[in-house]
Amino acid sequence: MTAALPDVDRAAFVEFLTRMGDNTLILGHRVSEWCGHAPVLEEDIALANTALDLIGQTQFWLGLAAEVEGAGRNADALAYLRDAGAFRNVLLVERPNGDFGHTILRQFLFDAWHLPMLRALERSADPRVAEIAAKAVKEVAYHLERSGDLVIRLGDGTAESHARMQAALDDLWDYTGELFMADASDAAMVAAGIAPDPASLQAVWLAEVRAVLEEATLTLPASTYSHKGGKRGVHSEYLGFILADMQFLQRAYPGAVW
Amino acid sequence: MYAQMVKTDSSRLKTLDEMSPEERAFQERIDRGEKIEPKEWMPEGYRKTLIRQVGQHAHSEIVGQLPEGNWITRAPTLERKAILLAKVQDEAGHGLYLYSAAETLGVSRDELLALLHSGKMKYSSIFNYPTLTWADIGAVGWLVDGAAIMNQVQLQKTSYGPYSRAMVRICKEESFHQRQGYDIMMKMAAGSDAQRAMAQDALNRFWYPSLMMFGPSDKDSVHSAQSMAWKIKINTNDELRQKFVDQTVPQAKYLGLTIPDPALAWNEDKGGHDFSEPDWTEFFDVLAGNGPCNKERLGARVKAWNDGAWVRDGLVAHAEKAAARRSGPVAAE
Repeated sequence: MTAALPDVDRAAFVEFLTRMGDNTLILGHRVSEWCGHAPVLEEDIALANTALDLIGQTQFWLGLAAEVEGAGRNADALAYLRDAGAFRNVLLVERPNGDFGHTILRQFLFDAWHLPMLRALERSADPRVAEIAAKAVKEVAYHLERSGDLVIRLGDGTAESHARMQAALDDLWDYTGELFMADASDAAMVAAGIAPDPASLQAVWLAEVRAVLEEATLTLPASTYSHKGGKRGVHSEYLGFILADMQFLQRAYPGAVW
Repeated sequence: MYAQMVKTDSSRLKTLDEMSPEERAFQERIDRGEKIEPKEWMPEGYRKTLIRQVGQHAHSEIVGQLPEGNWITRAPTLERKAILLAKVQDEAGHGLYLYSAAETLGVSRDELLALLHSGKMKYSSIFNYPTLTWADIGAVGWLVDGAAIMNQVQLQKTSYGPYSRAMVRICKEESFHQRQGYDIMMKMAAGSDAQRAMAQDALNRFWYPSLMMFGPSDKDSVHSAQSMAWKIKINTNDELRQKFVDQTVPQAKYLGLTIPDPALAWNEDKGGHDFSEPDWTEFFDVLAGNGPCNKERLGARVKAWNDGAWVRDGLVAHAEKAAARRSGPVAAE
């Protein structure tokens, strides 16, 4: 498992992979809630497609997390049989969908982090990580192109669409800082050459966000406060309900094969 | 079917002698198996009937996202979730092809949606039934998509070119959908007692509504006769229903599940199964808006449309601004 990289702290590696997989799982879940309810048919298709990409990435990240952990679990066991405290996604992705503007802004703020993260991971010292990143990066480049484009069009649309996008931005802004906070696990990943320092992604993220918001005629919020906790398992109240929904069948019929 | 009881405006079928020269030439093209293309002359009744049929079919695809979407967040494994997402995305894509096919007949997607939202156009009765357990997702794929394929395979030969070509593409995806549904049923039928019971219960609830999808017998219907003469419809409802039953009985047997019809029996003479008719009173109740989920399904679509108005308006406003910027300040007077 970690034989190729004997110096890696296995627990930190599992922690990192779980964070990647939980981010895509929980965001994929949120996006999939839109199915059949989007403002136009093309968006129904695009949202389902985005959710599908994210769930596919989840299978890879959590699959590798389970493999590295070496405790006989698999991706499904991690997704369906952990309680909220063991989830490691950032708080941003568990925010409720709100209106379409909230959903698209959440997606954009995440995508603008996700893409440079994956680009850095393509150069990971662990070939399995590099391989997953290389596959996901193509999908996520498109996610960012789409979400950024929609932020611009709706920000610079009608007075109402502008106001809604600004409200969504103001609402979600304080949940973006967590994407760039590092802890001991992150430091171990940096030392092993597996993943970049989260803080190193902030400048490129901010440049992307500024450029899109400017074209969208939206104002960067002044707040510098950051909500945090998801990365270490302290979540909002929303995650419990997401899991109650997602894990229902596995919990109600333990051991059943589907 | 996905389009049920489509009216044609005909009170009786015209003979070739009674037709105008244009109508006769049109009918002869159809009889020769030629495809009719968008810009070509067609009788007004043909155009209107196709709009009703293709529109209803498109509406069924998009409303059909809802009962299956109901289980996406609760799909039991990551793989099942991914497959279901892909399937529901396909259904929305089918809606898109079909609205595009309808547009070639001179009706916009927005006009068709307004008719759906006001209740003037219908979608298939089947989507007014609830998906109560995960086995229902299997049953929908197996039975509902199975019934849809029966209809759509023959519609690949329909006379209107864009509709026919949309059907060719849709049929490929639908057969994958049916297989994924059957695969869910196989897992459930081979699973625990609780899973087997869930699978049987899903079959019990979806069997008759699936038979209703083909619509009541239309062997005496002037609308069906006209649609068949125009090759908008290829087989009668009874023919398709019989084919569906004959195909499904051995599949149920393989699963070890029991079709909820004590009268079901092989009839050597006709080379097909005898089976009980569904409760047509229930069918007409559902069409009238009184099915278990009519209010929820249409309500969800109307809400999505209304809630999304600001998004559509915003996108249009941006496109106009961008176009104005491209044409430059000289445009201002």
